[in-house]
Amino acid sequence: MRPLAFLNARLVCPAGGEREGALLVVDEAIAATGTIDIPSHAEVIDCNGAHLAPAIVDLGVRAIDLPAFHAGGIVRVGLMPDQSPVLDEPGAVQRAALIGRPDLWIHPIAAATRALAGVELGEMALTHAAGARAVGTGARWIADSGVMRRVLAYAADLGLPVIAHAEDGGLTGNAVATAGETATRMGLPSAPSLAEPLAIARDLLLAEETGARLHLREVTTAAGFKLVRAAKRRGVAVTCGITPAHLLLSDIAMSDFRTFLRLSPPLRDESDRQAALAALADGTIDVLCSGHDPRGPEEKRLPFADATPGMAGAETLLALSLGLVRDERLSLDRLFALLAANPARLLGVETGTLEVGRPADLLVFDRDAPWQIDGDRFRARAGNTPFDGLPVQGKVVQLFKGGRALA
Amino acid sequence: MPQPAAAPSSGRLHFPHRHLTGIEGLQPHEITFLLDEAEGWIELNRRRAEPDKRLAGLTQINAFFENSTRTLLSFEIAGKRLGADVVNMHVGQSSVKKGETLIDTAITLNAMRADVIVIRHQSSGAVRLIADKVDCPVLNAGDGSHEHPTQALLDALTIRRRKGSVAGQRVVICGDILHSRVARSNILALTALAADVRVCAPSTLMPAAIERMFVTPFTDFDAALEGADVVMMLRVQNERMSGGFLPSNREFAARYGLTEERLKRAAPDALVMHPGPMNRGVEITSAVADDKTRSAITEQVETGVAVRMACLDVLTRSARGVEGWA
Repeated sequence: MRPLAFLNARLVCPAGGEREGALLVVDEAIAATGTIDIPSHAEVIDCNGAHLAPAIVDLGVRAIDLPAFHAGGIVRVGLMPDQSPVLDEPGAVQRAALIGRPDLWIHPIAAATRALAGVELGEMALTHAAGARAVGTGARWIADSGVMRRVLAYAADLGLPVIAHAEDGGLTGNAVATAGETATRMGLPSAPSLAEPLAIARDLLLAEETGARLHLREVTTAAGFKLVRAAKRRGVAVTCGITPAHLLLSDIAMSDFRTFLRLSPPLRDESDRQAALAALADGTIDVLCSGHDPRGPEEKRLPFADATPGMAGAETLLALSLGLVRDERLSLDRLFALLAANPARLLGVETGTLEVGRPADLLVFDRDAPWQIDGDRFRARAGNTPFDGLPVQGKVVQLFKGGRALA
Repeated sequence: MPQPAAAPSSGRLHFPHRHLTGIEGLQPHEITFLLDEAEGWIELNRRRAEPDKRLAGLTQINAFFENSTRTLLSFEIAGKRLGADVVNMHVGQSSVKKGETLIDTAITLNAMRADVIVIRHQSSGAVRLIADKVDCPVLNAGDGSHEHPTQALLDALTIRRRKGSVAGQRVVICGDILHSRVARSNILALTALAADVRVCAPSTLMPAAIERMFVTPFTDFDAALEGADVVMMLRVQNERMSGGFLPSNREFAARYGLTEERLKRAAPDALVMHPGPMNRGVEITSAVADDKTRSAITEQVETGVAVRMACLDVLTRSARGVEGWA
């Protein structure tokens, strides 16, 4: 493979900041950045001032949807264990780990408990050997605190992070919305937002006691962020993530019963959304993910409470995130820490920055290019976006996996 | 022969809505317009005058995805009095894969060229979903815990007829507020018409942030009843009184049952209402329910037919080419 030289780029590196410069790829890895010597046989790509950043690592996707990931600038995903079959045995994990290569690297999150039932421990060591990079509770909560404690303790032995869904199932029950004015007016089954901090508080105490690494896939409430912030200060090995939906929308958006707004966890009230923006700004939030979960009409064209939760988020993650930068909620290089470096570190993969030696998983994007979100034109398996019709800015220009251009 | 108020030439300005999916979205004057229309039908129904078959030749489909006896009957009688061809479709929940059938049913009903569709469904928002898929007017006969607009209209009309006006009346709604579409629609309609609405339920059956709907919540029924002009009791489903939300029905009766003794706290001429069917001896004693001077429960049934006639008439005016409604 010929060396590849990116010229006239605006480099965005979570480790090195933002600067003008060039980048050289040799043997599928980043060989030099800044001012580079271009080998005579190198292929040259003139970025014309476009941004060059590490490609996105999307932690916690629900489906394998290659066209959507590539359209969204994503080359690696952490795959949720709630697949069919559940990722709770080595064969299923190994198959998932290899199915996307070479264009998409899938890092499976193995089921922390068998069949995600929250009763018996999953085969963490064997699934890890088969390619799992973390274990998780999936979209469910482990009700039994004894089981959760053993999950965390056992995963800590193996050095595997535990990715948890933080909602107390006893409180949520069959809820599809957060208790409050909107749910009351709509007559929807709802649960108090307290369901989240209640679950987080327990898991944090258990993580602290067992020494496990805990990642809360989505934290969405003011009380939840407060707990995570305090735990980080105490030195607990906890990280947390969020999707653009919970940063940009509050539950009032569900008022017309549009099922594309049916998410898990559900949209919260405006004060929680403001708390999420504050947590993004102060560094409490570590990971920004798409929560990609394409669901077709048979699962979405239903009454609100009967619809399957989830959104097709892969193709809007970059543009919506760039909107947060434009709103000065965070800097561009920190955005790519949340989109690439942090999720990569969590999964224990050596990518997510533009440092020399890292794999050349690269994203060239136009930060300002305007477009309008239109679910019907998604490349994803389904167009269930809560942002349909929203004008945004920021487009993927080119995407590279290991220095190889992806269509 | 007396006629309901003649359609004004600017009819669309009085009621610019294609469907009736809820009270939410209706302006106070639009609610009043429907009540005025219904008022005319009450008189006409009582006189048993020469029938007014203004919906003759139109097909009304009552698609009930959830069991109902009285609401279905009320809509059927309303349609037939107006001369419509009424077809009832019972879609038992057990026999269908719910979601799929819902959309498919909507498309099927539409293809059958119904002129008006009345829908009841167990899921909040389901009626609106169907309304988006069909070309004819859709009337919500109850969707989940969301809305039951004709019930609220008939309740408002009953209050207006007995009390002269809805405005300023102190109305207490008591029972399972959390799961009640009747409560939601009534809160919207009665507050829009400037009533002073109190809701009363144990905390386990009280929705979050209910005060944001401009009502005063109470957990103590005796306190809520103080000075009430209207007491509206809701039915509590038996399955919710067996430990899940309430310890037992006798405990509910003890705390929230409307007895003659308790009613003394309300205004001396307080009106007692219930959307039916009643759990006699639980939320209301027979002595209260059957007291003709206080109870408007049978009158509610009568107003119900008139209100549904008014809604069917108004919603089909555009299709019937009534002057001013094109």
